[in-house]
Amino acid sequence: MDIDLHDVTLSVNGTKYQRRVESRLLLSDFLRHDLSLAGTHVGCEHGVCGACTVLLDGAPVRSCLMLAVQANNHEISTVESLAGKAGEYHPLQQAMHDHHGLQCGYCTPGILMTMTAFLDENHSPNEDEIREALSGNLCRCTGYQNIVDAVMTAAERMRG
Amino acid sequence: MSTRNFGEPVKRNEDRKLLTGQALFVDDVELPGMLHAALLRSQVAHARILKIDVAKALQRPGVVAAFVAADLGDYWRPGPLLVPPPPITGIVFHQRTQVPLAREKVRHVGEPLVIVIAASRYIAEDALDDIEVELEPLAAVVDLEKGLAAGSVLVHDDLGSNVSAHVRQTTGSYAAAVTKADHTLKRRFFYEHGISSPIETRGVVAQWDARAGQMTIWDTTQAPVFVRNGLAGMLGLNERQVRVIAPFVGGGFGPKIMMFYPEEVLLPWVSMRLNRPVKWIEDRLEHFFATTQERGQIHDAEMAVSRDGRILGIKDVFLHDGGAYDPYGLTVPLNSQCTLLGPYVVPAYDSTFTQVFTNLPIVTPYRGAGRQHGVFVIERLLDLAAHELQIDPAEIRRRNLIPPDAFPYRNEIIYQDFGALEYDSGDYEPVLDMAMQSIGYAAFRQEQATARLQGRHLGIGLACYVEGTGIGPYEGAKVQVQSNGKVSVATGIGTQGQGHFTVFAQIAADQLGVAVADVDVVTGDTDQFYWGAGTFASRGAVVAGNAVNEASKVVRKKILKLASDLFECAEDDLVIADGKVSIVGIPEKFVALGDLARQANPMRGAVQPGTEPGLEATQYFGPKMGATANGVHAMIIEMDPQTFELKIVRYVVVHDCGTVINPMILAGQIHGGVAQGIGNAFYEKLVFDDQGQLLNASLADYLLPTALEVPRMQLAHTVTTSPLNPLGIKGAGEAGAIPVGPLFAQAIEDALDLKAKGVELREIPLSPSRLFELTRKAKR
Repeated sequence: MDIDLHDVTLSVNGTKYQRRVESRLLLSDFLRHDLSLAGTHVGCEHGVCGACTVLLDGAPVRSCLMLAVQANNHEISTVESLAGKAGEYHPLQQAMHDHHGLQCGYCTPGILMTMTAFLDENHSPNEDEIREALSGNLCRCTGYQNIVDAVMTAAERMRG
Repeated sequence: MSTRNFGEPVKRNEDRKLLTGQALFVDDVELPGMLHAALLRSQVAHARILKIDVAKALQRPGVVAAFVAADLGDYWRPGPLLVPPPPITGIVFHQRTQVPLAREKVRHVGEPLVIVIAASRYIAEDALDDIEVELEPLAAVVDLEKGLAAGSVLVHDDLGSNVSAHVRQTTGSYAAAVTKADHTLKRRFFYEHGISSPIETRGVVAQWDARAGQMTIWDTTQAPVFVRNGLAGMLGLNERQVRVIAPFVGGGFGPKIMMFYPEEVLLPWVSMRLNRPVKWIEDRLEHFFATTQERGQIHDAEMAVSRDGRILGIKDVFLHDGGAYDPYGLTVPLNSQCTLLGPYVVPAYDSTFTQVFTNLPIVTPYRGAGRQHGVFVIERLLDLAAHELQIDPAEIRRRNLIPPDAFPYRNEIIYQDFGALEYDSGDYEPVLDMAMQSIGYAAFRQEQATARLQGRHLGIGLACYVEGTGIGPYEGAKVQVQSNGKVSVATGIGTQGQGHFTVFAQIAADQLGVAVADVDVVTGDTDQFYWGAGTFASRGAVVAGNAVNEASKVVRKKILKLASDLFECAEDDLVIADGKVSIVGIPEKFVALGDLARQANPMRGAVQPGTEPGLEATQYFGPKMGATANGVHAMIIEMDPQTFELKIVRYVVVHDCGTVINPMILAGQIHGGVAQGIGNAFYEKLVFDDQGQLLNASLADYLLPTALEVPRMQLAHTVTTSPLNPLGIKGAGEAGAIPVGPLFAQAIEDALDLKAKGVELREIPLSPSRLFELTRKAKR
């Protein structure tokens, strides 16, 4: 099989990258292994578990269902972008810590990316809305209750 | 000991790395020159291997090697038996453990045939398609009863039958109980558990450093020390030459315990052979076959009861699906056999099980580890008895609870830790009372009637259980005050999200007067702590937690001794707090712990005989037996009688796991366990066809519960301390998951008046489609 290479230019967490990649390379593998941004996790590689969720131009996408070449000329945000330069938590990270919203932490990056995008759109969500928004991310440890509480708290704090 | 942190909902030390994407998981390990492995796995459940030809794969650019069983030479051998059979009279056990690569025969879908090594995982997977395999398919053993019938095809030809094990345990005389009984019931029950499906699949990275003679293995294991010991033996290395690191592990729930998975055995060998680091990460499809799971049992159970609902005796004969190999011995069915007795007085018990080899993936413990199956049987028997004797389901349970003055309570049968099944302590009735109060039991019938008038079908369920936790043999911990004043704690267990970095820090912080955040806990690195068993059977907090406490106490003594010499005062005049030792009443007279640690390791002068340098201690703790936790779950559901759509209206857990180290982390353990129990009861089902093919091997088809299915839970605790360890702790890791099945069966029967319609729910998992089938059958 001829290897089919493409040049891509994209911005990840505000840094511009130019790379030559195979057409079949998954965006998740590109981020994790080519760019060493291993905070994005891979749970199922068939788009169900949500662990690999990143933001593409601000909207959540499953990086295991996208090819790196499809991200050409787009802006990607991953979990590594959430905390401030001095290490200060994003309000959702802080609330997840405060509410014990993570155990093994493997699904957490995907949940953080999904729910920060959700909170950008919905500033005053109720519990049902949060559960609906969260339902595309599987967590096997927490039973979701503390995550729901964390999102609620983060929304309150972000409203000020 | 000060109790400043112990018992408090201290926030977790490990969160920062996990929340910012900086935690190291196995797939995050990147090494120069690293190769990647992919495995060709059998697509049929049972077949003779006629031919495997890897020549074409080796020609593919980027492929470095491909190995079959014959290439392994003497390294090819069946894995060790992890848990030998317990000392039970008349026990039958046939050891047939898994092999690294199949030779001659494959015995389940997913069993590995070839390992391919290439420059990337993409190329390694391409090369799998190049391999030519000829298999002669055989009929598959899938059904337990057919598998035991004469003339059945055999999973292991040399055995002459598909019996893996046969065990009978009795106490009292069931025959005598029947003659005294006013009533006996006999039913058949089916209980299937499923896959643990952690969001991180398994993975192994192996790096052989030929110059250093050192093997380093990053492994998603729950038991790094056992993996180190086993692999050192297999590879012909000293244990000191092998370092196993279980870094952050993304959930385990049992199946990540060492069973010496083929990949764990193969990767280090490949790395030595090629002198290159090698990585293998399981994909989700592989996880459905290549990681162990828990499946079904069929119970023929009977119970003899008096007119007032007292249990006089139980007889149970059950079949346990063991899968194609039995590396974990009898742990799962033995847990079912023992846990069936529950929190109840059962004067006579006659229980026999047969573990059956099948052409299905290997069965080893998954959160609950067979306890669910036993709890389902006794709880359903009690529900049936309550119905027939016209006794309230909660009341019949209350009448049979072991009274508080009966502890320690000895059941005359052997448990999975090989000791007699003895409950160390407990006070069961208050737990039942709290659960009934919390769920609104007394008012429920009125609530139900009111809802029914509005066309809503509510139902209630309530189930009791015990959980054997915190078994031995032992764990250890090394506690050390660093010269920067921080405390380091190392232990041999692995961690998969249980909060060990925090609870062990709480224990050490209280003894050593430092902040929890200043205690740096290391788990799962065999170079940091040499000895240990692992994280399973709800034992981490109990066994390793007590070891941390003992080691911290010794360090505390060393601190006091050194400071008293320094200040020329009595140890009683010293106080350790805020990272320093000071003289009582003279706070300006102090020495920082870090400075003291430096003084304990001087550059000049001699260490006095009988003393050791540093502020460091290693201690071990081994309980004489497991501590028994207990609890009651109660649930109110609403169910649509046409579509069988389920909504959980209220869910209550009341639980007693002795002294609580961190209530926030404990609640998290319960929440997660219940969520897995709900999945098991109503959403998750491994569907195998009669050829042993799994028909729903994706997360789109095997339904893990989401935030929409798992309700808000209301938790409460009572505390009956365990006399088996100084901290009084009992384990809690599995408590949430264990009793959920019977709760569902009971609540659904109640919501839909199924008993009146002649339908009994005697199986788990249930689902809307299964309920449709069962009720339609009844209508006919």
